Amino acid sequence: MGRYVLRRLLQMIPVFIGSTFLIFFMVYALGDPVAALFGDKAPDPATAARIRKDLYLDEPLWSQYVHYMGQVFSGDFGTAFNGQPVTELMTGAFPVTLRLTVVAVVFEMALGVTLGVLSGLRRGRGLDTSVLLLTLVVVAIPTFVSGTVLQFLVGVRWGLAPPSVSPEAPFTQLLLPGVVLGLVSLAYTTRLTRTSVVENARADYVRTAVAKGLPRHRIVTRHLLRNSLIPVVTFLGIDIGALMGGAIVTERIFNIHGVGYQLYQGILRQNSPTVVGFVTILVIVFLLANLLVDLLYAVLDPRIRYA
Amino acid sequence: MPEPFETHLDMTEALAPAAGGGGPVAASGADTLQGGGPPRTPRRLPWRRPFRPGGGLPGSSRGLWSDAWHDLRRNPVFIVSALVILFLVTVAIWPQLIADGNPYQGDLSKAQEGPAPGHPFGYDLQGRDVYTRTVYGARASITVGICATAGAALLGSVLGGLAGFFGGWWDALLSRLADVFFGIPILLGGLVFLSVVTSGSVWPVVGFIVLLGWPQISRIARGSVVTVKQHDYVQAARALGASSGRTLLRHIAPNAVAPVIVVATIALGTYIALEATLSFLGVGLKPPTVSWGIDISSASSQIRNAPHMLLWPAGALSLTVLAFIMLGDAVRDALDPKLR
Amino acid sequence: MTQAPDVTRLLDVRDLRVEFRTRDGVAEAVGGVSYGVDAGRTLAVLGESGSGKSVTAQAVMGILDSPPAFVTGGQVLFRGRDLLTMSPRERRSVRGAAMAMIFQDALSALNPVLTVGAQLAEMYEVHRGMSRKDARARAVELMDRVRIPAAKARVNDYPHQFSGGMRQRIMIAMAIALEPELIIADEPTTALDVTVQAQVMDLLDELRREYAMGLILITHDLGVVADVADEIAVMYAGRIVETAPVRELYRRPAHPYTRGLLDSIPRVDHKGKELYAIKGLPPSLLTVPTGCPFHPRCPRAQDICRTERPPLYEVPDATDTVAPGRASACHFWKDELDA
Repeated sequence: MGRYVLRRLLQMIPVFIGSTFLIFFMVYALGDPVAALFGDKAPDPATAARIRKDLYLDEPLWSQYVHYMGQVFSGDFGTAFNGQPVTELMTGAFPVTLRLTVVAVVFEMALGVTLGVLSGLRRGRGLDTSVLLLTLVVVAIPTFVSGTVLQFLVGVRWGLAPPSVSPEAPFTQLLLPGVVLGLVSLAYTTRLTRTSVVENARADYVRTAVAKGLPRHRIVTRHLLRNSLIPVVTFLGIDIGALMGGAIVTERIFNIHGVGYQLYQGILRQNSPTVVGFVTILVIVFLLANLLVDLLYAVLDPRIRYA
Repeated sequence: MPEPFETHLDMTEALAPAAGGGGPVAASGADTLQGGGPPRTPRRLPWRRPFRPGGGLPGSSRGLWSDAWHDLRRNPVFIVSALVILFLVTVAIWPQLIADGNPYQGDLSKAQEGPAPGHPFGYDLQGRDVYTRTVYGARASITVGICATAGAALLGSVLGGLAGFFGGWWDALLSRLADVFFGIPILLGGLVFLSVVTSGSVWPVVGFIVLLGWPQISRIARGSVVTVKQHDYVQAARALGASSGRTLLRHIAPNAVAPVIVVATIALGTYIALEATLSFLGVGLKPPTVSWGIDISSASSQIRNAPHMLLWPAGALSLTVLAFIMLGDAVRDALDPKLR
Repeated sequence: MTQAPDVTRLLDVRDLRVEFRTRDGVAEAVGGVSYGVDAGRTLAVLGESGSGKSVTAQAVMGILDSPPAFVTGGQVLFRGRDLLTMSPRERRSVRGAAMAMIFQDALSALNPVLTVGAQLAEMYEVHRGMSRKDARARAVELMDRVRIPAAKARVNDYPHQFSGGMRQRIMIAMAIALEPELIIADEPTTALDVTVQAQVMDLLDELRREYAMGLILITHDLGVVADVADEIAVMYAGRIVETAPVRELYRRPAHPYTRGLLDSIPRVDHKGKELYAIKGLPPSLLTVPTGCPFHPRCPRAQDICRTERPPLYEVPDATDTVAPGRASACHFWKDELDA
């Protein structure tokens, strides 16, 4: 197990370098970080050249990247547009987005697995057909549409939840945004669970469980469910990264000061350290989530042994 | 962000281990173990698909495709979604067929007004006709969807197919490269990329989606080719001395293309949603291009006073995405008998 | 077969009918099957795949996949009580406890994510209400009973960690856990290596004798049958075509299909001669031939076979007295017997 984790961590290094370099390339080579510092004003050429030198921007891109990563690993993510260190923005933003993601994941897992199991067990009946249709509709409505509409209906019209979130962003205020964020993933979780349940319900070991005279609820919870959840867990691993990245829309609609909000500000103001810094952390989160899921996979499926 | 994850996982269930969403090592472990026993076929009625003397080899493309077409023609979901898509494509090419107004011309005195005779959807912030703009908005969405999917599918299936067929270092390199692109959340990548490439037309958006979309297709194509490659009839063709190129084109490609088509169809819908999201965030398409995403974005602040401004383009967008996803779903059901 | 109510009979299946309702049409998978087994006896049900032998067994067990399969008629009398009219709850208490089933492929029939100990112990926990600890101890005993080496150490292993033969022993252990009166074994040795087949079969036979259980052995392998079965029922296209005590059947088959099966067994004394094969393929159940379903493949077929479905004729034994349980569904059973 330990060796497997080590090997996976080593395999992550090139992926990490590749992904961050790609973002670094987009921001530093395709954009112009210095011009961005001055906003609409044209920079004084001498000042611009000095800044370029200070930020190693006159060196080749790979060398800039190495400098940048060197700083990152010594804990220096650079300065945001308002003069704050990027790390300060991060310590404020990541807990908020983490809470938001937790709400979304809990929502999509609890409801998605329940709906998926129910419709999978009643394949082809009314409930199944309507759940399937509903998931398609949910997938088809982009988050920014459902977010705007739900914010208006639930937050403004019915007054059931605060339409915008305070900077502290406690869990209670994040319920509605979390639901919005998890909505599309909920549909995927439901469909995936359903497919998996349908396939496993036809498996021989379920027939054995029936032949053993077990009560139905025991067959479902003890035999069927655990096997069916294996692919769902895999999906979750990919989804955590996607949720944190996708939070940008939700956070914008509900004015949540999380990762997405800071990133969006960084992009609007073309503040390169903010953008690259946040994305770097997100890539790490994504990679670690995937590793975690692989390990969880081994717990759920004993046939898999890591060597 | 909607991404066709489910299909991704579904299709890979039947495909090669490394194509799975999880770690390649984990999946291949399971594969070897299951390879020990007799092949696990889903329990189906033995007489459902009797051996067809005329149908050629089991798994031959002819049988699969004609069976699928037979199923699709009788599937109401397929017929409805195909008709909707046909309508949308027609409108995207000739919007003036059903809307004779000008999408750019507004009458500020009528800003945000509700439906009026001849203007069933009402007016937007600048007094432009929402109906006309909704109709003209189809063009951008459909263009982005179709071009991005075509690009990603072509690039992804060629790269993934070759990697699956030849294996070796090229395969390893491509898999790592795909991992790199997978490491970047697609929406974030889009924001960053499009904020520095500021043209506002559809082409940077298409280019970006192809850039971040191909790895998904390539994984599917790779897995599918690896699976088909192991079939007896392919082994037989190679043993009989068929060249690599011939084997790949004549024997493997027709049998491996089904999962790619399914994933690409569903991806098309999600690409349209992605474009709209990017436009909503202000980095995708920009005026004067008429786009549902832009219109929804400008309407979202006015949802209290003039909900019609938001609902019509949002409805059109959702309907379009839905049509493509449902089409993909129906095609998948038809092509993947395992899930019936 | 007798139609009088017989409470002493362990299992008495009467005129059982099962159909599959599929998109392509309705198929009668089991078309009026009657067979029975007494305590301590072994009935072998013989037939090709698709003959309905497994479906019949699943209907008896009450584990048909429904839909698409539906029991449309008949009775399944277990100790005189009709299982088909029981409430689902009653039926469940019979399943596993009074009658158990052994499946062909133990690797897929055992749950891959639960230890074998947990799967064995479950029988005691659910049916006997035992504590987890006691049930686990009984599971170890069971594994010892079916001669799995180092049972105590292996009780927490997963199915994939066992060899094929050992896995099938675990299936058997699960079946005998609650000392049922009847065991249905569906091709229990087909998936195993030839060398292991005999060991597993011997174990099963030994356990049957020890617990005086009735055994229904479903197989397509005549070789397996000869040693262990008392009676044989041969099925073809969803119906029984011949029943007989095992020796009678081997010595004097009364149906051309049975003879075909017997002739297609390789025999040492026939070495060098061409092996007999029944021509053609078994019919699709959606398009069963009219008349006798076997007529397209039958060397003895006459016009009557194409139009009239033969009933089960009672067949006398060698001394010309009517033997109980000897029957053939062939218009020309006399000719076949004399051949």
